[in-house]
Amino acid sequence: MSTRRIVVTSGKGGVGKTTTTANLGAALAKRGHRVVLVDADIGLRNLDLVLGLEKRIVFDIVEVAEGRCQLRQALIKDKRFDSLAILPAAQTREKEAITAEQFAAVIAGLDEFADFVLIDCPAGIETGFRNAVAGAKEALVVTTPEVSAIRDADRVIGKLLEVPMPISLIVNRLRPEMVRSGDMLAVEDVCEVLDATLVGVVPDDEEIIDTTNRGEPIVLDESNRLRTIYDKIARRLEGEDIPITSFEKPTFFKRLIGAITTG
Amino acid sequence: MIEFFKRLFGPSDSGATAKQRLQLVLMTDHLALAPEMIDAMKRELVEVISRYVEVDRDKVEVDFERHDHALAMMANVPILGVARPSERAPEPAPAPAPTPAAETAAPLQQRKRRKKAQRAPA
Repeated sequence: MSTRRIVVTSGKGGVGKTTTTANLGAALAKRGHRVVLVDADIGLRNLDLVLGLEKRIVFDIVEVAEGRCQLRQALIKDKRFDSLAILPAAQTREKEAITAEQFAAVIAGLDEFADFVLIDCPAGIETGFRNAVAGAKEALVVTTPEVSAIRDADRVIGKLLEVPMPISLIVNRLRPEMVRSGDMLAVEDVCEVLDATLVGVVPDDEEIIDTTNRGEPIVLDESNRLRTIYDKIARRLEGEDIPITSFEKPTFFKRLIGAITTG
Repeated sequence: MIEFFKRLFGPSDSGATAKQRLQLVLMTDHLALAPEMIDAMKRELVEVISRYVEVDRDKVEVDFERHDHALAMMANVPILGVARPSERAPEPAPAPAPTPAAETAAPLQQRKRRKKAQRAPA
């Protein structure tokens, strides 16, 4: 199998790109794949922190691109998994410190180390985005069910379609009870306006803050309900056909029940 | 009790509002990102209208306007002259289309005219 190079992107910041990259990467590694997660956010490094690997960084992607170290030396292995590693971003450099060609060359070099390369893209559609996309063959767009996030996701999808590359979609931080009461866009609404293939719906969960605080991937927490969700997304990326849990739209009857029970 | 009906009938259906606003803003975004498409459409529009009337091609304006619930295309096409019916170029020969198509087209036209007639009395 040739290495899958997937850019995780969103346009808007704060929708959960890094959390998704970390947890999906961990889920894929747990399923036995060799996974390298690349932090493409030069100057705003965070993937290391979300995974609890911040103290172990020696070299970064810019130093690899400049030939100051071997690619192998810059990879930080996650000790909790046999086959998960990250390639950190440079924290004290500018986005322009690496070109799209250099970035793509580094990513291509990861083929010998990984079955899956997930590239955590910076927010925006400028240099950092172009670099991250240059290294990828497919894209995973993360959005939340909010108008601003969806509009930005649409813009990013437009850019990715120009490349072109296959585009998958994750709807993150969905609040099913708000969808049921009609106060949040339903997944089907999001899919109707965005031109991408849905591969997962992640409900909003306070526990994700807790696991991120501690720097632990959610797939390690056997009791966490999000664990199976990331596992299923990993399996869908492998090509398995698993139906996506529906968080249905409100019907009049449901609203009636809701009004009676809460009123 | 009022609370009960409020919860039952709205107005807290902001999800639907969000969807409607998004669809409109995305259409506008897509149009803004495709100026060459708008130019091509304008050219073809002028071409079609020119078959029937003489048009001032340089002054044709095509704009898109957002209304509350829809996006509208506004075309301003200055007409320089209209030929007498007898001088009009013969209509382009109909493509070798099967007659049933023509038959179904007729009632549609009638329906449109009737609609106009209803609106007309002022």
